[in-house]
Amino acid sequence: MKVDLTVNGKDITADVEDRMLLVHFLRDVADLTATNVGCDTTSCGACTVLLDGESVKSCTVLAAQASGHEVTTLEGLGGNGTMHPVQRAFHEQHGLQCGFCTPGMVMAIVSLLKENPHPTEEQVRTGLEGNLCRCTGYHNIVRAALAASSGGPGGSPPQASTEMPAEVSS
Amino acid sequence: MIPSTFAYMRAGSAEEACDLAAEYGDEAKFLAGGHSLLPLMKLRLAAPEVIIDLGGLRDLSYVTDQGSYIAIGALTRHHDVEHASLLARELPLLAHAAGQVGDPQIRHRGTIGGSVAHADPASDLPAVLLALDATLVARGADGAREIPIGEFFQGLFETSLEPGELLTEIRVPKPAAAGWSFQKFTQRAIDWAIVGVAVQGQNVALVNMGGTPLRAVGVEAALAGGASPADAAAHAAEGTSAATDIRASREYREHLARVLVSRALTEAGTRAQ
Amino acid sequence: MSIMGTRVIRTEDPRLLTAGGVYVDDLRTPELSGAALLTFVRSPVAHARITGIDTSEALAQPGVIAVLTVADMDDLAPPPPDSGEGPSEAPMPIGGVWSEPLLAVDTVRYVGEPVAVVITDGRYQGEDAADLVSVDYDPLPAVVGPAAAVSGETLLFPAAGTNIMATHPVPADDAPFEACEVVVEQDIVNQRVACLPLEGRATAASFSGGKLTVWHSSQNAQLCRFIVAGVLGMDPAQIRVVVPDVGGGFGAKVGIDRDAIIVAWAARKIGRALRWAETRSENLVGMTQGRAQLQHIKIGGSRDGRILAYRIDVIQDAGAYGRIGLLLPSLTCLMAPGVYDIPEVQTGFRQVVTNATPISAYRGAGRPEATAAVERAVDLFAAEIGMDPAEVRRRNFVPADQFPFATKTGALYDSGRYEQALDKVLAAAGYDQLRDEQRRRRASGDHKQLGIGVSAYVEITAADAGAGETAKIEVKDDGTVVVYTGSSAHGQGHHTAWAMLVQDELGIPMDQVTVIHGDTDLIPVGVGTYGSRSLQLGGSAVHKAALEVKDEARHQAAAMLEAAEADVVLDIATGLWQVRGDPDTSLSWAQVAGHTSGGSLIADVSFSAERPTFPFGAHVSVVEVDTETGQVKMLRHVTVDDAGPVLNPVLAEGQRHGGIAQGAAQALFEEVLYDADGNPLTSTLADYAAISAPDLPSFELAASETPTDLNPLGAKGIGEAGTIGSTPAIQNAVVDAVAHLGVRHIDMPATPQRVWIAINAALNSARSTRQESE
Repeated sequence: MKVDLTVNGKDITADVEDRMLLVHFLRDVADLTATNVGCDTTSCGACTVLLDGESVKSCTVLAAQASGHEVTTLEGLGGNGTMHPVQRAFHEQHGLQCGFCTPGMVMAIVSLLKENPHPTEEQVRTGLEGNLCRCTGYHNIVRAALAASSGGPGGSPPQASTEMPAEVSS
Repeated sequence: MIPSTFAYMRAGSAEEACDLAAEYGDEAKFLAGGHSLLPLMKLRLAAPEVIIDLGGLRDLSYVTDQGSYIAIGALTRHHDVEHASLLARELPLLAHAAGQVGDPQIRHRGTIGGSVAHADPASDLPAVLLALDATLVARGADGAREIPIGEFFQGLFETSLEPGELLTEIRVPKPAAAGWSFQKFTQRAIDWAIVGVAVQGQNVALVNMGGTPLRAVGVEAALAGGASPADAAAHAAEGTSAATDIRASREYREHLARVLVSRALTEAGTRAQ
Repeated sequence: MSIMGTRVIRTEDPRLLTAGGVYVDDLRTPELSGAALLTFVRSPVAHARITGIDTSEALAQPGVIAVLTVADMDDLAPPPPDSGEGPSEAPMPIGGVWSEPLLAVDTVRYVGEPVAVVITDGRYQGEDAADLVSVDYDPLPAVVGPAAAVSGETLLFPAAGTNIMATHPVPADDAPFEACEVVVEQDIVNQRVACLPLEGRATAASFSGGKLTVWHSSQNAQLCRFIVAGVLGMDPAQIRVVVPDVGGGFGAKVGIDRDAIIVAWAARKIGRALRWAETRSENLVGMTQGRAQLQHIKIGGSRDGRILAYRIDVIQDAGAYGRIGLLLPSLTCLMAPGVYDIPEVQTGFRQVVTNATPISAYRGAGRPEATAAVERAVDLFAAEIGMDPAEVRRRNFVPADQFPFATKTGALYDSGRYEQALDKVLAAAGYDQLRDEQRRRRASGDHKQLGIGVSAYVEITAADAGAGETAKIEVKDDGTVVVYTGSSAHGQGHHTAWAMLVQDELGIPMDQVTVIHGDTDLIPVGVGTYGSRSLQLGGSAVHKAALEVKDEARHQAAAMLEAAEADVVLDIATGLWQVRGDPDTSLSWAQVAGHTSGGSLIADVSFSAERPTFPFGAHVSVVEVDTETGQVKMLRHVTVDDAGPVLNPVLAEGQRHGGIAQGAAQALFEEVLYDADGNPLTSTLADYAAISAPDLPSFELAASETPTDLNPLGAKGIGEAGTIGSTPAIQNAVVDAVAHLGVRHIDMPATPQRVWIAINAALNSARSTRQESE
């Protein structure tokens, strides 16, 4: 069947199998491979993208369902050589190691902060219940989300390290 | 990982959805948010040949005040149920519980109607609607009908919806008693409830204590007889048939039910003041 | 000012954060254009004879190019005959009667074992066609769990005559224990867990013009090439292995595994480029798993807190095939006594096969098991004598002035300050105040009780120190640098770290440094990243190469400046070569490199160390246990993890965080389960309780740096330390929370149900004791 999606601002029309998952449309048809597949039970969130501005797990959306709608992937964040504040926060806070969960994590946080611009740590953690990471222990991902929420234009993110000369850093 | 082949059809209206369902019969399944059906299809535990996508039926997404009850369109997403200010005011139990379903991404897609029609006894909203004495409105080839929620859940993943019938609305009476509580016991935040309890006033419903959501009839009878929350809670497991699985034994579930009912009644009591 | 030890954010990130990493399934290299997709047909039963395979229906499906079974493997040399000598004494490998085939021959021994492959034009068609390959299985009884394996009622390998692959018996000497005032024994389960990197296994392969190229998600490309060459009977020079970005490894991606070798073979067999990326359900049965030990410990000592004897007897579940030889239980026995100076240490193990996914390395690989056992033992001993568990530890540490310390088990600990680590972590945690809070809650009968768990650990890193690591540095005539490293980062940030080393030694800014790894055409010799070896060996190799390239540059510069070499110096701050005392004469690196005949300065080295290093630390876990439901919540986790001088605190902290989370996952959540027929019960992420953000607190890390003298960086390995220290601290905390109710031990994972059962058992036991005495 024919589907017609707007992905990162660009219209893409393609003839695909009815059962094609949105994540495979993005990776194999739109050739945007940042979005990753990490599981097959809608559990891990590695495939998270924005659908009409809200986070969804693209492995559990049919390309057909997304036809006529707008999708934003990691590649569509930021622009003109500048990083989106969440991307920048991940960089400054060492919120990624292997990078595989990262696109989904970033998109989930973009959506989270849109709906709750100043979350508490607990709200960030609960908001990320659908996104698994195996490398970071989530500690710096949470710091990145909090930094992005208090940073941004006019604000300054917390320092990369919690300066504690008494030798405890957290 | 990949569903087996099917033909996708997008319904433009509830009427068209019902017509398509009548035409394709057993071969077809409705697709609402897709977060109950698609996961099953991806594991090939379900393989409908025709999918009727209801996603375009925006007119079935609403939360409105109908005087004695709140009307919620079946295609209202969990996210919207969670954040509806009308529900925060009138049905905080439902708003709160909707915010506990799955994760934020799932709540952006999953719908209250889809969850109810799927009838997984481990789901949160069926038990909540049972505690709230909701009425469901279904539309089929023969027109619309109302189904009291007490008659809706028939068994594991089984409802009294006829083939081809489409859930269109959930009607929730405004509660007489203000106190409410939702106790969802999980090991991890993302997990399905090992056991859950929904309380509105003296209505007590249980998540995952049998093949369907259940009213804790023993507890309700005790409360009606003047028992304290702690004493009433001792009856929580009566009439239940909790499963034993990798998360919990039946015995542990029955124990949790007693503890959670006690906590829920206490919290509801505090809220009622 | 030196960049070493400063916080530097990663050079890897901008690409990963904007375009995303390029993992095997993302590759769009021309060699793979038009590649077909490979889908596995896997055994759905745990133990069975294969009596027939019918591929005809699958072959008839649209897009199916081939369906291959073991019958098609006639291009491979038969495996060498069984020598009949049984498993070798060395930790690895295991072959002979225990051998593992590629595609199953006539027997399947675990759910998920590869039986056939379907090759299709498209991914979706592959899954459809694989469903239609019809395999006839004649089921055999399943051997589920090590106890069933030992009983030998059903044998996985009848020719072996047993399910016990190897036995290193524990000395049967009870005399040291009989001399003790107090002796405690305990059975302990160190449960099977899944490694669960977010990127599963993925491989692509192309065979063209006699050359095989394999792209594989791996922790070491060079080992992949060695293995593939051996199995496929090829000259390594005809094989190129490329490791692109890797989405986590944790030990399960060392080298190349059976399924991936099948992909390489199939590409050669059908002469078509192939791609394969497993699903998560396949990963949870097909990727090697970790831990899986049953342990029996016995600890004895005196009432004043001195531990005099410790015994550990291990049964290692290998799963269906012994993929990592005897390495895991060997390391467990080696590290059995931990940080304690115990006069008598007795260790032994048996390794058995079961009808389950094969076990291999998983973050810590044998050492978490050792630490969890001895730390549980120390807490049991402390409870028995009624002494604070931190104090018992303090009374038994190897003293700081005893290093290098030779343990009773044959390890030589290089350096350590165990008591200082404990002091630091207790201070950082506010231990005394925590105990006060615990006393308050116990006195008030609060249904939410506080548990405080302590662990002290030492672990072995660069266990294969002699194998070393390679590095080649090339300074080009434009002043940029390329570093070719044998290490193989999959999240550890080596590109940043090695660039820091180059900047520090050569004065060339990091942004002029490119680090390359993971391509056997560019780096034919290398060892790889596992066992927390890369900084101390790979980083030292980079350091050594930098020194050599500096010497060569000095030599060139001296000639160019017409000065004596001894008078030529490098100003690190500016990266300029000068004659001492004559700042007007200077040469840039670019100029010096350009002056060489080849146009660049090159140093190509390997670095090996004399023996392994031993990082150490101590953790404090604070948990809250709801005694009515058994629910456990982690409130705080405080650590000291000392692996010597920290090159980049950002990277070191990240490794500690990730390690702590995986250790917590084992303590509280994760477990691979099978039913009585060997069917996996946790084969999707809906069932396998992978740890998530709301399950964890933020961590509190205290700093401690005790160098080693075994490499010029003074560095030990930090990669696995967090995992090793966290698991026992959390397990001990959960027991501690309900110790006042009479609970002495709770096995991992401490799920709510397990905790509730333990509380009930203790309360019932107390009740019946009271009734008896009434």
